[in-house]
Amino acid sequence: MDFLAQYPLFTALLALVGLAALFGALLGYAAEQFRTEGNPVADEINKLLPQTQCGQCGYPGCRPYAEAIANGEAINKCPPGGAAGIQALATLLDVEPIPLDEDHGAAKNAPAVAFIREEECIGCTKCILACPVDAILGAAKQMHTVISDLCTGCDLCVEPCPVDCIDMISQPESVQTWRWQLPDPVSRRVDIIVTDSVHNAGSRDRAA
Amino acid sequence: MLADYSILLISAILVNNFVLVQFLGLCPFMGVSNKLESAMGMAMATTFVLTLASACSNLVYHFLLVPLGLAYLKTITFILVIAVVVQFTEMVVKKTSPMLYRVLGVYLPLITVNCAVLGLALLNISKDHSFLQSLIYGFGGGAGFSLVLVLFAAMRERLAVADVPAPFKGAALGMITAGFMSLAFMGFAGLV
Repeated sequence: MDFLAQYPLFTALLALVGLAALFGALLGYAAEQFRTEGNPVADEINKLLPQTQCGQCGYPGCRPYAEAIANGEAINKCPPGGAAGIQALATLLDVEPIPLDEDHGAAKNAPAVAFIREEECIGCTKCILACPVDAILGAAKQMHTVISDLCTGCDLCVEPCPVDCIDMISQPESVQTWRWQLPDPVSRRVDIIVTDSVHNAGSRDRAA
Repeated sequence: MLADYSILLISAILVNNFVLVQFLGLCPFMGVSNKLESAMGMAMATTFVLTLASACSNLVYHFLLVPLGLAYLKTITFILVIAVVVQFTEMVVKKTSPMLYRVLGVYLPLITVNCAVLGLALLNISKDHSFLQSLIYGFGGGAGFSLVLVLFAAMRERLAVADVPAPFKGAALGMITAGFMSLAFMGFAGLV
């Protein structure tokens, strides 16, 4: 006690170090308590991706691409999602929507399905290996065919076919394939005011 | 007694509003007010930090610094307390609302250097507030910050689609709006 009274510097030092150690212990305990399992942001992004598992983004599937977006990858590499998908991702992540990256394939207006011209098929099974959703039925040296309900129209089977007997055909709208149109995202509906498209470019700056 | 506390609360929220009257914490006020949703998240996080930091720094000052004769160390100690509280808040937000954590981004850890938080802790000492008074003053400061941040964000959302002359677009109009809001809040000066 005498020592501390003689050197107030040590009192100050002890008090600050003690306080810092106490706070450090508290934070360590809190970090253990509030530890997050997995990546919840990637889960949210994964829900918005079309789940075609087509790999056109350069990742092995939708889930790996969702994790890459959560780590800062561009949001415009998903052709099946199209402009609506990019808009939804931009709203979720609070970033500017950017046009689709054409390097990864063009967006298709109508949903397409693969069709195998069965008389030309030689039964090589290469398209079966390429299909990410197992929508092609067949065996070695047997004719293959596409289960059109399962086909996501990702184009991945067209390239490996040695006899080029696979066509992408657009599905005719019928009672079975007709779906309700999804409503436009709110941010696009705002654009009915003509001046908005001019102002939106300049008004999003950040002042700190 | 109750009247004293409510006067303290009203004074912290309206009359001595930290942002618009004392001009503390302007950085998040301009930075996180582009979207109403993220402004609300920021408002909640800052209120939490202000209340907790105000109470903690009061306890540390009265039960550690004063008995040891170390009152001159209050600034550095308060910064330590604030940094810990913000770190804790960051963990809670990351666990409870990962999307908000992503949207707030760098502004969440930047609450540490929000001068309103340190200013509040030092004001509590200079005004000789008790523990309960510090708690109420901290919460009032946070509520006042939330009020003006949410109002300002709502206005900026409307202004983003308004047809204004080119030189006033964006940040310039934000500054002018903040100035007008400040003038309006000066009108509360005679309230208590």
